[in-house]
Amino acid sequence: MANIKFDKERCKGCCLCVAECPRGNIRMSEILNKTGSIYAEVIDEGDCNGCALCCQMCPDMAIEIEEDEKQTCCEKGSEK
Amino acid sequence: MEFKKPTSLLDVPTHYCPGCGHGIVQRLVGEVIDELGIREKTIGTAPVGCAVLLYDYFDCDIIECSHGRSPAVATGIKRVLPDRVVFTYQGDGDLAAIGTAETIHVANRGENITIIFVNNAIYGMTGGQMAPTTITGQRTTTTQEGRGQNQEGPPLKVCELLASLDGVTYLERVAVSTPKDIMRAKKAVKKAFQNQIDEKGFSLVEVLSMCPTDWKVSSTAAVDFVNNEMKEVFPLGVFKDEK
Repeated sequence: MANIKFDKERCKGCCLCVAECPRGNIRMSEILNKTGSIYAEVIDEGDCNGCALCCQMCPDMAIEIEEDEKQTCCEKGSEK
Repeated sequence: MEFKKPTSLLDVPTHYCPGCGHGIVQRLVGEVIDELGIREKTIGTAPVGCAVLLYDYFDCDIIECSHGRSPAVATGIKRVLPDRVVFTYQGDGDLAAIGTAETIHVANRGENITIIFVNNAIYGMTGGQMAPTTITGQRTTTTQEGRGQNQEGPPLKVCELLASLDGVTYLERVAVSTPKDIMRAKKAVKKAFQNQIDEKGFSLVEVLSMCPTDWKVSSTAAVDFVNNEMKEVFPLGVFKDEK
């Protein structure tokens, strides 16, 4: 599970992330944000594996993935 | 895995249309500036066109230039301050139309600067007129029947044009229409900046980009247009790489 964050106020509703998500885990909202645009949101956070293809494709830098502390500990453990 | 906005870009929303490729290209430039640790000594030049407000987005020095004259201004900056990293960020109307002379001569002189050339095959800011890079058959507000070979001529291929010049060190054409292309584009942008730091000479990266608003298609159809039509006319790849 990845710690993915969508900034709905930055999103302009271009839908490029929706088309790119290999798991079909992103949808567009049914309500508008402050700029009057529909915005992208993750359907199931638990199903996101953090591949970051949506982040790569987003022209507005509205998607960020934060480092998962638990995962980092495990990775560090396996390196040792 | 972590994915954050680059610190070389200011944390402000951009004015670009939904689905425009400029935001992606600017993020790549910002990430490269971060990774090379050159933000404090980087000076960029902003074009006239959709990216005219570049100084509002980059957290480094940006100078606004007259239409097409960015390479001339960048030449001046680099000659006066040779220890700085100087880049120009230009669109196709800026670099390939009104600025053709500056582009060709700066490349021929082999100035040690980096040019990021965003090619979206149309004049975006002024309302979708034909650009020199508009592909044959493409409809614009000034070629309503599609660009014709006889009347308007074939599209101008900047990388192919500059490849014959001795002063050029590095030329590559990339795209930002798929994540794979975006990652390749970042490598190219990084190399273009690294060449300048290593004093190897003139580097230009042409980036094929989307303009859904002026192509009058949806964002996803614009991505398909780049992948299926533009890449046929403007093949991706390295056109020159002097070691």
